[in-house]
Formats: sequence, structure tokens, C-alpha cells
Amino acid sequence: MPKIIKKERLSDLVYRYRIDAPRIAKMRKAGQFVMIRPTTEGERIPLTIANANAKEGWIEIIFQMVGKSTKILSILHEGDEIIDLAGPLGKPTHIEKFGNCLCIGGGVGTAPLYPIVRSLKEAGNTITTIIGARNSELIMLEEDMKATSDRLFVTTDDGSRGQKGFAADLVKKLLADGEKFDFCVVIGPAIMMKFTSAITIAAGIKTFVSLNPIMIDGTGMCGGCRITVGKQTKFACVDGPEFDASLIDWDEMIKRLGAYKKQEANSLEKHNCLLTGRPS
Amino acid sequence: MNTENKKPSKVAMREQDPKVRATNFQEVPLGYSIEEAVAEASRCLQCKKPLCMEGCPVNVKIPEFIKLIVEGKYKEAARTIKETNALPAICGRVCPQETQCEQKCILAKKGNQIAVGNLERFAADFEMANFEFEMPVMKPKNGKKVGIVGSGPAGLTAAGELVKEGFEVTIFEALHEPGGVLVYGIPEFRLPKEIVKKEINYLEKLGVKLERNFIVGKTATVDDLMKEEGFDAIFIGSGAGLPSFMRIPGENSIGVYSANEYLTRSNLMKAYLENSDTPIIRGKRVVTVGGGNVAMDSARTAQRLGAAISTIVYRRTEAEMPARSAEIHHAKEEGIQFSMLTNPIEVIAGTDGFVKGLRCLRMELGEPDESGRRRPVAISGSEFVIDCDVVIIAIGNNPNPLIQETTPDIKTSKWGTIEANEADGRTSKKFVYAGGDIVTGAATVILAMGAGKAAAKSIVEDLLGKQ
Repeated sequence: MPKIIKKERLSDLVYRYRIDAPRIAKMRKAGQFVMIRPTTEGERIPLTIANANAKEGWIEIIFQMVGKSTKILSILHEGDEIIDLAGPLGKPTHIEKFGNCLCIGGGVGTAPLYPIVRSLKEAGNTITTIIGARNSELIMLEEDMKATSDRLFVTTDDGSRGQKGFAADLVKKLLADGEKFDFCVVIGPAIMMKFTSAITIAAGIKTFVSLNPIMIDGTGMCGGCRITVGKQTKFACVDGPEFDASLIDWDEMIKRLGAYKKQEANSLEKHNCLLTGRPS
Repeated sequence: MNTENKKPSKVAMREQDPKVRATNFQEVPLGYSIEEAVAEASRCLQCKKPLCMEGCPVNVKIPEFIKLIVEGKYKEAARTIKETNALPAICGRVCPQETQCEQKCILAKKGNQIAVGNLERFAADFEMANFEFEMPVMKPKNGKKVGIVGSGPAGLTAAGELVKEGFEVTIFEALHEPGGVLVYGIPEFRLPKEIVKKEINYLEKLGVKLERNFIVGKTATVDDLMKEEGFDAIFIGSGAGLPSFMRIPGENSIGVYSANEYLTRSNLMKAYLENSDTPIIRGKRVVTVGGGNVAMDSARTAQRLGAAISTIVYRRTEAEMPARSAEIHHAKEEGIQFSMLTNPIEVIAGTDGFVKGLRCLRMELGEPDESGRRRPVAISGSEFVIDCDVVIIAIGNNPNPLIQETTPDIKTSKWGTIEANEADGRTSKKFVYAGGDIVTGAATVILAMGAGKAAAKSIVEDLLGKQ
């Protein structure tokens, strides 16, 4: 079973695991993801591959503790084995020399953005990266991004680091200043992708986003991750996860993300009770 | 009245009471006792030229194993079945015997055919419960390696055949649990997962290796396996793949599931148990669209998950339903509602995105279509709404493209299925074979097993030379 060879806590709720997975490391390309199941009763959760080294045979995932499954994942240690890890899944990002690229990461979406920034850079593009989060605690990969981007901006909602405000505000400002971009990629929470991509699309920039709908198998079998793209139903796991932002039915996608809110809250509550030893 | 000459009739298998079983996930038919099995087996005429065997895609030696049951040699009966069928406990439960062996039985003319499936299940269960594993006769290792893609019925059968022929066999399974449709699709009440586990354990004891979480086409390609990892042949039994939807408005509302997703959540991810982390919407009024076995499985699962009303909506009539008659019968007994000649045209959702109803049209049967079945035609002005909070779409699957995309030299049909000879499983690519739903589109467990078996025979011929 794949072993965790390095564990880092990037912030209060965000972890980076380096996992021994030579086959996936060899096959993966930017934009692809893995399915992870942390326990035998656990869910299968999709996580983007944030980094990989084919020679050394490892991949890295970065995840934020949001529900029971990610909480269980977060309490594993270096040297522990992950019960189930499968991938690489999804279509790789389409990388070419676009010219001037704008890469925008929101919150934990910065993690899947990182390998794309690297690949775009390696393809000879000029990169402007914006990473945004609610506060300085949640800003991640700042050094890595700085090293791979030609320019890096940081924004926080509360102004505790970088510029105060949303990434979208900064995008507006750059565009108002007359900056021109040939390609844009936005990865973050659905609502952030919706509003940020609306600005770049309005400016005539071809914009891609990476979607994170609810999935079970990740191989096309269940159709749970279906979304409407250009009036057609697509499966994010096999047709995506990256899509042209201008074609996405965002409202439907955002509603579907909330399908199990009630059950998830219950599940986490029960789990917390077990952890604290209080009867549920 | 002289009862001496009256032939005894079929021994029915006892079942859980419909009212009780509609609230639990335990198996519906309870199995034969020894007395019942012997009584049923004793009715077999032991035909010199057994027609039943012709009806079996894997040619189980039916009269032979039935005779062994009559003689009280139950273990021997099971092993006789296993000579040609690696998964008897599964086949005894899910094969459509009524259109295969039992249909051909000479007694079927009087509606009194031997219950071959029940007897197969009895023998297999008896062996499993009472005897330790014994190594069957195996050919010596021949040094050749075969990779099997998918651990469903086709893959398991091919693996079982090939390991006995002396091949080194590795099965690659995309999911975390082996068994394919046997574990993610068919519900516990029709096929207990413990049975599937035991059948797979049996193959592992024969030496079959199993790699879970390995998606051929993604984790490694067919060519990687053959060129870099030394596999001499590959059998692709990757299954049915991507679920079809109806392409009607509202179909992406919350609470609309493909049958694949609904059953996978319940069966594979165990959402029907309280301690599972995978959620499922437990609808109070559930509508399942479709007329096959998968539709029956879905509607019956919904009922067990607490639906007050579980309805099957089908656009033709019961006569055209592709489901096994036994499954339709079981569903009806459990109180599943059937709305025939009904075609959905829109899923209605509330502002929160959750399903509220299914708008449908009444249909009538018109002229026969290309499938020979009478084409359903909409009756104008017949629109009506079925109130519901979950809709399950069970109208079939499209082939999964993952292998074809990364194996450009394998020929596919215009539907995207892999082209393979039905009789021998050979594809356009040398030393690559395929069978089961990835070739035929959605079919049955036993047809997939037949295809796995045929391909295994070709692999033996092609790698070891004609014997």
C-alpha cells in the first residue's frame, strides 16, 4: 500500500502529504487527480496531484480539512499507509505556448494550480499569478509560486497579507490598467471561480477552470460528477476536470455541490463525538 | 385417483416474506435444504442427449452434477460444476436460467423444468459451508504472463481458466474492491457480497494475483503492460462504463441518480449501513426509469432504504421489459409500483435544486421498430406529474473510453465498444482479447463469463500453440 513519506502542515487546516506512488508519479500530468480512501468505511475523495517526481516515485497532495474524511486523512502520520490510492485520473491540462498567462488560485485551489503554473512556464509562457485566501493563515505555496511565476500577487479578504480584497478585485484592476492576457486559468471554490472567470471572460480572455464536483469512482462509472457545459452533460472525471469557464452552468454546479450538506454535517458531528469520547 | 404416475412438480425455493424483506438487505431466496435439493434433483430424467447443457454459455455438466446430488455427493457435485464454471454460487443466483438451461429442459414443455439454478446454488453453497479449500488439478506453470483488466464476471472467469492452465495471472481492478458489477451493481439481497468474496478468495488461492486501485489506461496502458512489464497477453473485461441519461430538462437536479451511482453508493460504498461515510438520499417517493434487472435492483433498493412509494416507470409494457420475470415478480411482491407506457419528459426541481416531481407522457404501442418490439408512441395531451424526491435513471450504459483512448491500435465500433470476435474474444490487436459488456454493451453476468471463457481458450491456443 502507498506510504506517506512526508507530512507537512501548511496552515491550521491545510496539509501536504508526499506519498510513495511510483506508477502514478510516472504517468501523471498537470491537472490530473487521484482518488483516496482513508479508511475501510471511508468515502472515496478526489484530490488533485499538486506535485510529483517520476524519478523518485512520489506524488504530493494538498488538502484542507473540511469534513470527516479529510479529518481522518489529516490524522495519519509519516510512515502510515493509505488504504486506497488510485490514479492518475481526468484529462491533463492542455498546455501550449499561449503567451501572457494569468493564473489565479483561491484558497486550497492554489494547490492544483501549482503544477499547471509550472507546466505553463516550462512551455515558455509569461506567468502572472494571483493567490488569494480569506486570511494570511490560508495562503499557501507562496514561495513555490514566486519561483515559477514571472510576477506574483497575494490577496487576502481581511488584508492580513498582501493586498486587501478578493483576487477578482485585483484582476479588475490589472485589466483596468490596460494589461493584456492571452490565457487564464482559475482554480478555487466554485463561487470564486464563477465570479473571477466572469471578469476575464468579459475581457475576452480564454479562461479555464478546474471543477471539483462530488465524485464516487472517478473513472466515469457513476455520473455523479456531471455538469452542464455548453448545454451538454459532461462528466468532470473523464471529460474534465478542466473546462472552458464560459460554457459552464455555474448555478447548477454550485447547487449540486450542496447535495449532501446535511448528511456531511451529521457525519462529522458523529465523528467528533467519537474523538472526544462523548456519546452521540 | 391414481397419484402414482403423477410426476412430482418443481420444488420451490423458500423465500423471505415479501413484507419483511422489503425492509432489510438480507438475501431473498433462502436456499434448498438437503431434502429439498435431493427431491428436486431426483426429478431429472438424465437425458442421454442433455439439451440443458446446450443452453448454458459455459457448458456446465448439468445432468452429471444433478446425479451427484441425488447420490448425496454434494461436494463432488460442486466440483463438477467448477470444472467449467469458476463462479457457481454466483451463477446459481443471478443467471437467467429461465432463458438458458431451464428453457431447454425437456420437462419445460410441461412447465415443469428442473430448477437447475437452485441446484447449482445448493451445491456451491454446501461446498463453501462445509469443506476446506482443496487445490484442483492444475497444469504445471508454463512461464507465460496474462493480465486481466477488470475483476467482474468476465475477468474472474478468464482468470480462473488461465491459472488452471498454468499461466501467471494478474487481475487489474480500478476500484478498491474486486468483483465489478457483482459488488457495485447487484444488491446484497440478490447476491450477498460474502459469496462474491469467497469466490474471489478461491481464485486467489489458485494463485491469481489481484491489483486493486489500478486503472488500465491511466495507471498504466495496455502497451506498458505488454512491452515494459512482460505480459504476454491481455484480456479486457472492463465492463459497461458510463451511464446513459435521458437528456431531458432538469436531469441534473439533486436527487437524480444514474442507477450506477445509486447502486454504487448503496452496495460498494455501503450507504445502506448506518456507519458508512458515503451518503445517499433516502427518498420517500422514488421513481426508477427503465425496465431491466438494474431498474428492478434500484427500485427494490429504494424501498429498502425507506421509500414509502417506489415506482418503476417504463415506456413500453411489461411484456417488453428486459428484466428477468423472477425479478419483476419479486419486485411486485414487495410492493414496487409499475407505471407502464409512461415516458418521462422533464424532472421538476424546487428553487433549492432538489427533485420535486417527474413530468411524464402516457404512451401507446405502435408499429414494431428495428428491435422487433412495438414502438411506444406518445399520446398527445396525456401529460401528468409523478411527485417524487429521488429519480433513478436505469436506461443503460455507454462504453468507458479509458482503454480505447490509450490503445489506439485497438478497433472500436461506432458505439465505442471494443470489437472482438464473439466466438474467441480476439480483438484487432495481437495478443489482446476482450469480452463482456465492453464488447457487447450491457448484458448478463453469464454471457460475460462465457466471453471470458472463450477468450481464455484463445489465449491458450495463441500462447501455447494448438493442443
